Amino acid sequence: MTPRSMTYRRTVDRIVQLISLLAASLGIAVLAWILWEVLRRGVAALNWTFFTEVYAPPSMGGGGVANAIFGTAIMTLMASALAIPLGFLAGVFLSEFGATSRLADQIRFSTNIMMGIPSIIIGLFVYTLVVVPMRTFSAYAGAASLAIIMFPVVARTTEDMLKLVPNELRESALALGAPRWRVTFSIVFRAAKVGLLTGVLLSVARASGETAPLLFTALNNQYWSDNLSQPTANLTVTIFNYAMGPYKPLQQIAWGASLLIMVGVLFLTVVARLLLAGKGAKQ
Amino acid sequence: MEEHKNMENETDAPSQPADPGDTVPRKQRSENRGDLIFRWLCTLAAIVTILIMVGIFAQLLKQSIPCFKKFGAAFLWDQKWDPASMTFGAASSIYGTLASTVIAMLLAVPISLVIALFLVELAHPTLSRIVGTAIELLAAIPSIIYGMWGLFVFVPFMANHVQPFLQKTFGYVPLISVLLSGPPMGMGMLTAGIILALMILPFICAVSRDVFLMVPSVVKESGYGMGATTWEVTRDITVRYGLQGIVGAAFLGLGRAVGETMAITFVIGNNHAIRASLYAAGNTIASTLANEFGEASDPIYLSSMIALGLVLFLMTFLVQLAARWWLGRIARAMGKT
Amino acid sequence: MNQDTREAVVPPKVEVAAAVVKSEPPPIEEGEAKIETKGLSFFYGDHQALFDNSMRVAPNRVTAVIGPSGCGKSTHLRVYNRIFQMYRGQRATGEVLLDGTNILSPDTDLLELRRRVGMIFQRPTPFPMTVFDNVAYGLRLHFKMSKTETADRVEDALKRGALWDEVKDKLRASGYALSGGQQQRLCIARAVALEPEVLLMDEPCSAIDPVATNKIEDLIEELKANFTVVLVTHNMQQAARVSDYTAFFYQGYIVEFGSTKELFTNPKKKQTEDYITGRFG
Repeated sequence: MTPRSMTYRRTVDRIVQLISLLAASLGIAVLAWILWEVLRRGVAALNWTFFTEVYAPPSMGGGGVANAIFGTAIMTLMASALAIPLGFLAGVFLSEFGATSRLADQIRFSTNIMMGIPSIIIGLFVYTLVVVPMRTFSAYAGAASLAIIMFPVVARTTEDMLKLVPNELRESALALGAPRWRVTFSIVFRAAKVGLLTGVLLSVARASGETAPLLFTALNNQYWSDNLSQPTANLTVTIFNYAMGPYKPLQQIAWGASLLIMVGVLFLTVVARLLLAGKGAKQ
Repeated sequence: MEEHKNMENETDAPSQPADPGDTVPRKQRSENRGDLIFRWLCTLAAIVTILIMVGIFAQLLKQSIPCFKKFGAAFLWDQKWDPASMTFGAASSIYGTLASTVIAMLLAVPISLVIALFLVELAHPTLSRIVGTAIELLAAIPSIIYGMWGLFVFVPFMANHVQPFLQKTFGYVPLISVLLSGPPMGMGMLTAGIILALMILPFICAVSRDVFLMVPSVVKESGYGMGATTWEVTRDITVRYGLQGIVGAAFLGLGRAVGETMAITFVIGNNHAIRASLYAAGNTIASTLANEFGEASDPIYLSSMIALGLVLFLMTFLVQLAARWWLGRIARAMGKT
Repeated sequence: MNQDTREAVVPPKVEVAAAVVKSEPPPIEEGEAKIETKGLSFFYGDHQALFDNSMRVAPNRVTAVIGPSGCGKSTHLRVYNRIFQMYRGQRATGEVLLDGTNILSPDTDLLELRRRVGMIFQRPTPFPMTVFDNVAYGLRLHFKMSKTETADRVEDALKRGALWDEVKDKLRASGYALSGGQQQRLCIARAVALEPEVLLMDEPCSAIDPVATNKIEDLIEELKANFTVVLVTHNMQQAARVSDYTAFFYQGYIVEFGSTKELFTNPKKKQTEDYITGRFG
């Protein structure tokens, strides 16, 4: 029986510590790199034209993305109007009514699977369901696909947050003679409101950054359209089209739009995390 | 308040309160009408989930029938994808999806574990929080931003620095040289795999960190108490303790990698051929759908695209099933210990 | 209310002490102590938990450390193998001499220290591996051995841990497959396999049923032939049964230290007497 070298063991330990430090630095470095590049290249594109004009040929500078900003906003809004209430109700079912039933288990299973389905498949699905019968791409189809993406996220976070509300709260409200639906909406929701808001913010952040589903549903539009049942301009597909094309001015605009999307998404995410952390601190 | 008003109007029997711990209210003849409607509404909303899932599968299946009628099962292993002659085969797309995913997993899993180790065992709490937040932000960045950065920043970096360097250093090693052959264009399978790794890393890392945090302090103290180094405790105790959770995390990452679209589309090059070299362009199912959907006017073309979508759907579905099953096993095993 | 079965209440001190306590061990000379603590103070951040502790642990004896909850007995024990080093903000000042060398000095080799000073915890902590691998773990860390040598040492350790007969057919089973009492004896075997000089035991029976506790107490008696044992316990009967010396802690101070017989039959301080007779706990 011979002793193993302590120096060897210590050296291995040191090396692993070094590697993990390097890996963590790599993670931060990449994040910083991405943020920096998007900021640097995007800022150069932000000007008055960018925010107020629509497409102009590359030879004339490329114009702006006013219609795209509007399109993204309105489709996200429509999707939220559909997904958030439905998501709340589904979450309420899973938390309040179906804690252990087989149906609830199957629904939870489906929700998890749904969250894992690539967004491009959802776009394809809505294409076959909405675009083909309507014979046109539209903002409605776009909103529908975004709604399908948001729905499971809202449902799951709602269930998780409602489950955190102690049963005693429900019981005391019910003991006063309040009907179930009242208890849920005025008491339980209020108790969980920070968590619910977080879920909403995160789902909106997710939806506004999506590109693939819109490729099959809303497509894109170079001009203003006052008709929601026509192809609708949006930021993400615009970025895709401009970036893949050969025109420098358009690529530049794509960077500007990327900056816009990134700032929006990160802002929503950070606010959501801060809310969650604040809630933890209070309790 | 409204609740008080209710109390005044009610007789001595209040609405049925829920049993502690049981959130399913007992049905009664006197159940409030409003509550009945409420419960049905919620149930319906939840069932929507299942409806959508089934709907997606049904629609994709139905619309891909023309494609399978024409090409049969050979569609799945045929490499030729030629819109001009209306011949389509999914092999290169399936290969690309798998290859890029494998590269991503090989890179992301070890790096995630090592970062999780850093966050839990080695870093000062404030530093751990900062790095942890940075990782979470990486997860929030939309795919298209990764695509933009990938195409305009990372691809030139790969083409000018990394790929030539790799060729020079490893080009003589027999098997590896094949993987690194060809002109260093920057775009291609390797770049796509690396960016994919960056995208799934935050997810695997976050779950691994939670898994590491769940190892009880006493058990780790036992390890250190025997004179083990930090690495030894991590390798022999922490990782083993949380192995099943880590595998679950890997499954999650796998699921995301398979379906990732925009970032890959920007950098993989859109070439329908299976090449040995990682520097060569290729395609994945998702990138083909994104790239070519606009041109697919012919019904067979369209049906073939949807057939690709069906294959991708089934792949993610299977990965999810496997992940759920595996996590279910952990839950039961933990119950025993 | 049956006084015999109530743990916390000790009948008049003389009767119990005479029945249970061992005979008087020799006094500890300076320089003969296995572990000598001089002016040890301990801090959790800004909060001071131990105040100027000084005591001597005799070699090849069992020293019990008793006192009410929160008095600092575990904290004191955990200085002996510097396990507190795992946590930021915890620090110790003063001197702790193991065979004359101060282990609190910054150039102490921690890995070596922990090979010489083993620890058993309140909860059984089998590692996620087989019974065999659990016992062999420490050995494999510090030594290179052949397969037969490993097997021999594992068997030897399990015998010394009074567990061999119960697990010899289950060596490949998971450590978690054993009962609570068996798991704790597994941890003892694991620690003993490394042949440490000192065994620190932090309330090792608090999570174990009474029958298994008995087995472990018998084990402690056998172990002291080869090891120095320091045993933290909240169970005064256990201390009286098993130890040769006892230290009574209160609010971070060592109130009294002496041979177990002396401390239980003739405590010098009123606080000690109050604690032993159950006036507070």
